[in-house]
Parts: sequence; structure tokens; C-alpha cells
Amino acid sequence: MNSAERNATIYGAILIASLAAPWVLPAYQTQLAFLWIMVLFALTWDLVGGQMGYTSFGNIVFFGIGMYVTAVIQRNLHFDIKEYVHVAGAVDTLQPGEYLSGLFLGMGASAIVAVIIGAVLGLCILAMGMRGQYFGICTLGLGVAAGEIASGWDYIGAGSGMVAPVFPERLGERGAFFYYIFFILTVILFLTLKWLYAGRFGLAINAIRDDEDKAEAMGIRTTRYKMTAWCISALFLAVAGGAAGHLVGFIDPTEVAFAGATFGVWMILMAILGGKGTLWGPVVGAVIFYITQEVFWTYLFGWQRVAMGALIVGIVVFFPQGIMGWMRERWPERFGHRVEESTLSSSAEGGGP
Amino acid sequence: MMTLGRALLFGMDNLQILFSAPIFSLQLLIDGLLIGAIFALAAYGMALVWGVMKIINFAQGEFVILGGYMAFAFSRAGVHPFFSVPMSTVSLYIVGWLLHRLVIFRIVEEDLFISILATFGISILMQQLMNQVFTADVQTVDSGLSTWFLFDGNVTVLQIKVVSFATALVLGICLAVFMKKTRLGQTIRATAQNARAARIMGIDTDKVYCTTFALNAAICGACGALVLMTWVIQPFMGLAYTIRSFMIVIVAGIGNVAGVVLAGLGLGAAENFAGFILGAEFQAAFIFSLLVVILVWRNFALRLKRRYLY
Repeated sequence: MNSAERNATIYGAILIASLAAPWVLPAYQTQLAFLWIMVLFALTWDLVGGQMGYTSFGNIVFFGIGMYVTAVIQRNLHFDIKEYVHVAGAVDTLQPGEYLSGLFLGMGASAIVAVIIGAVLGLCILAMGMRGQYFGICTLGLGVAAGEIASGWDYIGAGSGMVAPVFPERLGERGAFFYYIFFILTVILFLTLKWLYAGRFGLAINAIRDDEDKAEAMGIRTTRYKMTAWCISALFLAVAGGAAGHLVGFIDPTEVAFAGATFGVWMILMAILGGKGTLWGPVVGAVIFYITQEVFWTYLFGWQRVAMGALIVGIVVFFPQGIMGWMRERWPERFGHRVEESTLSSSAEGGGP
Repeated sequence: MMTLGRALLFGMDNLQILFSAPIFSLQLLIDGLLIGAIFALAAYGMALVWGVMKIINFAQGEFVILGGYMAFAFSRAGVHPFFSVPMSTVSLYIVGWLLHRLVIFRIVEEDLFISILATFGISILMQQLMNQVFTADVQTVDSGLSTWFLFDGNVTVLQIKVVSFATALVLGICLAVFMKKTRLGQTIRATAQNARAARIMGIDTDKVYCTTFALNAAICGACGALVLMTWVIQPFMGLAYTIRSFMIVIVAGIGNVAGVVLAGLGLGAAENFAGFILGAEFQAAFIFSLLVVILVWRNFALRLKRRYLY
């Protein structure tokens, strides 16, 4: 029971620290809120890219979809579209009730829209058996295409983007408000994933990662599991995107919503840095990466994106197992692996045909 | 929805222009075909690396753009644009060789995940590096050639486009001959067929991989220099070239040179027509959407074929 006690202590400490964080560091509330978005990014990417082995470069699509759906619903609920101006101005007249109803209705709707789009895309891509490099390049194309379409479509502001309504002052502090939204969202995601990975679902998607044909031959309904994982990832990304649009305030089609060059790359980097295919890896990777990024990025004077490319190459080629993967190799007994058994089974595997 | 409909309506307008003035579609077709040869050349390089090393080079487009910037730097230094083509080819060969010695040789026989992500990382690295060094401005070089006017001036053909088309074709033919006739080309083809057997037969496959990767970079260097003269380059345009090469290779199949040429020309023409009909702001969206459609269609076709096995 020692490990259970230790786990309880760890979870309790993280919970208390995260609940207190916006009041301890009030100047960094927005950054802390973004920290939770990053953890969410890494976790959702890892579900598809790490645990299921489908290297996706386009998960950012759902983030952008959620952002736009929420913003459009917020706008259409409270403003006459013909009078609405894209540039901020006549926008700051919302009552707290209006703001909240628009926000939560939008987040709900974006969840539904994202799952529907995810299911349709999944039917076209995953259910047809697209894999490996084809899947990677297809999702890369999806992410860029979505950004390009958004920046050409007038209804959602085209290239000049959209402005989210101003946060009503009576609701308290904006940073703290969004911090708790993202905190709750990420905790829900984490617990969902923990529960899913512990059961049949986790085993099934890991089997798909290791050898999909074998998994199918063993009777696992691979398409169903792949679609489920993809849609869960889409759902959480979209809901987070809806709130993130309001946190950022300005929705640019390619720099904020479908930001493949920043968020889209970060989510991959964070998940590999922490250790893909582990539950805690993406969390650790996201925290380390985001803090480093916030602290050091400004000193690189624009070279930070160069450094990001170098980091991806470096981590993938020299340190592919990531931090948690490395720790699991170093101290296997702490992760619940019996050392003797694993060596036995691996030698038995090696001795086979 | 309303505005999307209006965009489509505009598209219809442009479509009507094409029907009422067929000469205009001839113009689009010629421009597209001339540009398509460059796409086909870049795609040939991608197919080479794909076939021999089993790596899909996500950084293909960045090689093209880097080649363009090399040529740009040379022509800034006073070299005539035409001579900058071989110079950028050689310098990109060196870049490719260095990249292989530093990174690529570690990922050749690794699993899929690593090769995808490593080349993706290289593409980001190169793209941002070019952005830092050459800034994000759009660049081009004037080749000093003039324009032909055909059909009473209704169709204009830039001579530089014809020259670059011819250059791309000549380079492609040289490569095909190189692959068929020379000793090195034969070892590359042998490695593509079966790397293990090639190694048993005494071929230094590591050297073959290195040459192949560098050769691909050199091809991209030539493409980039041609793009610089006929079109424009910009650090973030690379991804579109990667996607184009990938589409062409998928449609044509690896090792099908005639197919690559046809698909490249077809893509050039299709892109030009789409850019005119949908409007210039949707041209990039068209390329990336076309990729998704082609991949989905390909998988659908494969699935139909597989069904007969049951």
C-alpha cells in the first residue's frame, strides 16, 4: 500500500498546487491557463500518435474548428451579423449571463461539430485503412487546408480573423476564470484517459500500434477503436479551442486557430519529449517544454522556431523514448513491471521464429 | 454559407469566361504544363529516396526552396541566373550529403515513426532557418528573357518558362540515363530492389543511401533555381512542394518515370485552372484538399481491390 499512499500524496500535491497557482502567481494567470492547454494538447496527441501509433500532424484542425464554432455561435447569438464589425468596437456590451451562455453553448456545439467532423474524416481516412506515412502526410495536408480555407472564407472573417467578445468585468478575473476552465477540462481528459488506458480500450489501441493486422486477426474491432480514439481527441481539442479563442481574444486563421507552425508542432514535440505512449509522459513533457519555452524563448530572438526543429530531430533521433520512457527503462519496478518476467518473455520472444 | 455560395458563384462566372473565351483556357493550360515539369522533377527526386531508402522525405519542399535561395544568393553575388542553376544544384548536393552524414543515416533502417518525425523536424528547421537568414519576403530573379505573344497577343508565353521546362526535361532524361547506364545508377536500383541482397553482392549500401539522398537534394536544388526564375520563392512555400511531389508520386507510383512526368504536368494544369476558377486565395487550399481527396480515393481503391481476396 506504500505505492498507493505515494500516489495519493502526488495527486493531492498536484491538485492543491494547481488550485492555488492563479492566486500565488496572479501576474501569470494567462500563461498558467496556457500551460493547461499545452498539457491537453500533448495528452490528446499522445492518444492518437503515441498510444495508437498513428503519427498525426493535423490534430490542430479540431482546435481551430472548436475556436471558430464557439466564436460564430457567440457572435450570432448576440449580434446582428449585418451590423457586426470584425474589428473590436461595438463588441464590449455583453452582460455576464450573455457571455457565459454564448461561451458554454459554443463549447458544447463545437464538441458536437468536432465529433461529427472527426467521425466523417475518420470514416474517410481511418476506416479505409490509411496508415503510417500516408496518414501522416494526409493529416498534415488537412491541417494546412483548414487554415487556408478559413483564411479565404468571408463568413468567418477570412484572413483578418474574428474578435471574441470582451470579457465582462463583473465575472472576476479573466485569467483565473479561463485557468479554471482549462484546469477542469484537462483533469477530465486525464482521468478519462487514465480510465481508458487501464482497461480493454488501452490494450486494444496499444495492440493496433504494435501490429494492426495481427490485432485485427485476433478479433479486435480495430476501426471502432481507432475512430473512438480519434473522436475523443477531437472532442477535447475542440472544447479547449472554444475557450482558448476567448482567452486569446483574437482569432487569426493561421496564427491562432489553425496554428500548425506553433501549437501543431508543439503538441508533437511535447508528447515525444515526455515519452509517447505513457500516461504521464505528455503531462511532464508539456510542463517542461512550456516553462522552458516561456523562460528562454524570448532570449533566442526569433531563432526559437529554428531551435524547435532542431529539438524535434534531436529528440526523435537520439532520445526517442522520452523522459518517462527513459525512467521506465531505468526503474521498471516503479512502473509496476516485474523485471524477471519481462526479460523472460522477451527472451522467449527472441527465441521464437 | 451565403458568402461561400457567392464565392462559388464567382467561380461560376470565371468558368463562363473559360467557355466564352476558349483562348483563355489555352493560356492557363500552357502556363500549367510549363510549371508542371518542375513539379515532376521534384517528384522524381522524392520517388528516388522513397524507393531506395523507404523514407518519405517531408523536407522535400524545403530543399526546393533552399535551392531557390542558393540561386538567389549566387545571382546577388553577380552570377547570371542561368549559371546559378548548376551552382545551386552542386551546393544542394553538399547539403544533402551533410544531412545524410549527420542525421539521415541514423534513421534509414529505423521504424516508420522515427523517419516521419525526423524528416518533419528537418523541414521545420530548414524553413525557419531560411526565414531567419533570408527574411520572409517574397524573392524572385529576373532572367532577362522576354515574352512571346501568340494568337494576336491573346496568349502570352514567358520565354523563361519554356527554358525552365526544357531544362527540367533535359535533367530528367539525364537522370533516367544515369540510372540505367552507369555503375552507380545500377547499384542504386539494385539497392531499391532488395537492400539486403545488394549488400551480399558487395554493394556498399550506406554509400548508395548517401548518394541517393544527396542526389535528391541536388535535383531539388535545380528545381528551386528554376522556380526562382519562373515564379517566386518564400521560406514557407516549401510545404506545398512537398505535398505536390507526394501527390505526383502517389498517382504515378514509385519507379514509373513516364507516370511521374504525366502526373506532374497534369497537376500543374489542374492547379492553374483551379486557381483561376476558385480565385487565387483558394489555390493553396485546393492543393492541400486535393491531397486529402487523392489519398482517400487511393485508399478506397485499394480497399475495393482487397475485397476480392475474401
